[in-house]
Amino acid sequence: MSELPFNSTSYYHLLSEHKLMGCRNKTSGKFYLPPRPMCTTSYSSDMEWEQVSGKGEIIAFTVITVAPTHMIEAGYSRENPYCAAIVRLQEGPAISAQILGVDLSMPEEAIKIGTPVQATFIERGEGPAKRTYLAFEVVQ
Amino acid sequence: MAVKKLKRGVALVGAGMTPFGTFPGLNTRDLFVQAFQEMRASVDKGFDPKDIEALVIGNYSSTMFEGQNFMAPYVADAVGLTPIPASRVECACASSGLALRQAIMTIGSGLADVVLVGGLEKESDLPIARVTDVLATASDSIYENPAGFTFPGLYALLATAYMHRYGATPETFMRIAIKNHENGVLNPKAQFGARIADIMVSKQKAAAKRGKPVPQWDSELDFLKDDQANPAIAWPMRLFDCSPVSDGAVSLLLVAEEIASSFTDKPLHIIGYGQGSDVPTYERESLTTIKAARIAAEQAYATAGVTPKDIKVCEVHDCFTIAELIAIEDLGFFKPGEGYKAIEEGLTSRLGPRPINSSGGLKSKGHPVGATGAGQVVEVFKQMRGEAGPRQVPGDLNLGLTHNLGGSGMAAIVHIFERRQ
Repeated sequence: MSELPFNSTSYYHLLSEHKLMGCRNKTSGKFYLPPRPMCTTSYSSDMEWEQVSGKGEIIAFTVITVAPTHMIEAGYSRENPYCAAIVRLQEGPAISAQILGVDLSMPEEAIKIGTPVQATFIERGEGPAKRTYLAFEVVQ
Repeated sequence: MAVKKLKRGVALVGAGMTPFGTFPGLNTRDLFVQAFQEMRASVDKGFDPKDIEALVIGNYSSTMFEGQNFMAPYVADAVGLTPIPASRVECACASSGLALRQAIMTIGSGLADVVLVGGLEKESDLPIARVTDVLATASDSIYENPAGFTFPGLYALLATAYMHRYGATPETFMRIAIKNHENGVLNPKAQFGARIADIMVSKQKAAAKRGKPVPQWDSELDFLKDDQANPAIAWPMRLFDCSPVSDGAVSLLLVAEEIASSFTDKPLHIIGYGQGSDVPTYERESLTTIKAARIAAEQAYATAGVTPKDIKVCEVHDCFTIAELIAIEDLGFFKPGEGYKAIEEGLTSRLGPRPINSSGGLKSKGHPVGATGAGQVVEVFKQMRGEAGPRQVPGDLNLGLTHNLGGSGMAAIVHIFERRQ
C-alpha cells in the first residue's frame, strides 16, 4: 500500500478494489479524500493511506435528464435519468457521486438533503475500458 | 491590509458587440470584425485604430469548438493590428472578464495607453452533444464528471442546497427567467428576445398548424411548470433555467484616464476591480454562496471606495437562474437567504429598486462563453451613457457593476464603472 502515490490514479485503482480511501497528512493531521500528494496547510508530503467507512449524508443533489456522452453510453437518458450528488462522509471530506436507490420521478418529495447513504461501487465498460465508479446507496 | 490599487486610472471609451445567437457560416474572426466596427462607431470623437498598442482577447475554447487554437494573433490580423502584442486569456465563462482585467493592468502598469479587449466564442458549428462535452471540460474531469455531472447539474446542486437551507422553491428560479426574458425583449442583440408569454403563443400556433391539440396554460408560471413545455435538464434546473448555446463577439476600447477626453466626453472610469478563485463544488464549505464572487466583489468595492447600495445598474452572470439568485446575495445587494424573497417581490426587475440584467442576462441575451464577460460591459456602457433605448434603466446611473463567473464558480471577476459627467 505504501508504494502507491497519493493521487487520483491510486484513488481509482483502490476504487477498483472496492476500497474508498483517502490520505492523512502526518504533519498537519489533515485528512484528504480524494487523496493529494501534498498537504495544502503544512506543504508536507508525508502522507499515509486511510480507509473510510463509506458512511455519509447527501448535502446537495440533482436529477440529470440531459446526460453527458459517457452517461448516455452507460444507458442513461431522459427516460432513464440518474441522481448525482455531493455526499459528506462521516470522516469529514465530501465527494461527488451517483446516488442509487432513490425515486427519481418526484425529486422534490423523494430525495432529501441529510439522507444517510453508504458507499457502493459501479463497474462500467469491458476489458481494458473497464472502470470502477463511486456511488452511494440510501441506507434503509 | 491596505487596499492595493492601480498606479493610474483606466477608462472605457468604446464598446460594441455582435448580436448573440447562432450564425452559420461566420467564424470567430468574422464575428470579431463586426464587434470591432460597432466599437469604432461608438467612440464619440473617433480614433485611429493604429493607436491601439495591445490586444487582449478572452476565448474559452475555439480550440475545441472550431479546431483553432492560438486565436489571439489571428484576431489581431483580422482587424489589422499586427504587429502589436496580441494575447489570449482563458478563464472558462469568465474569459473576457479576465481579458478586461488584463487590459486594465496593461494600462495601469504604464506599458500601454490604448488597449483593445475582445471576447469571442463560436459554439454552434458543433452538434449540441459535443458542445455540452466541450463545456464540461471546464468542470472537474477527475472527480465531478465521472459522477455524471454536467454544468446544469453542478448549478442544480447549488439550487437544491439553497432551497433546503432557505426555503426557496423552483418557482423562484422561474421568476428569474420570466424577468430576464421580459428585459431581453427590449434588446435587439438578444438571442431569445421574446417574453415567455410570446413563446407560449408561438408554441400554441405551432401545435394548431400541425393539427395537434393546442396546449393551454393559465400563466407564464403555469407554462414553466409544465414538464412537456419546460422539461427538466438537471432538476430543479429546467430548460428555461439554462442559458443557450451561442455565438458572439464583443470589442471594448480602454485608454489611460488622462487621455480619455480625446476619445469621448462620456468615458466610464473603471474604479473597481476584483478577481477570486475557489475549489470544486465537492470541496466547498458552503454551496449556497460562490466564495470567489464574494472575494472579487469585496476587492471591487474596496478599490472603488463604494458600497453595494451605491450601484445603480448591474449585469450578473446568470448562466443558470440559480446563479443570478446567488449573485445578488454575493454582491451584497441582499442578505444571504433573502435574495429569493427580493426576486419574488419583483425588486430586481428593470424598473424596480435594484435592476438586475437589464440586457436580458445570459438567459435571454445569450451566452457565447468567451464573449459573455465583455458583453456585460457593453450593457453597462450603454445604460450609464443613457444609450440603452427602450430598455433604459431610469435614474442617474453614475455607478455600474459587472459580475462574471467561470465554470461552477471556481473563478469570478467583478468590475465597477463610474461616469463622472
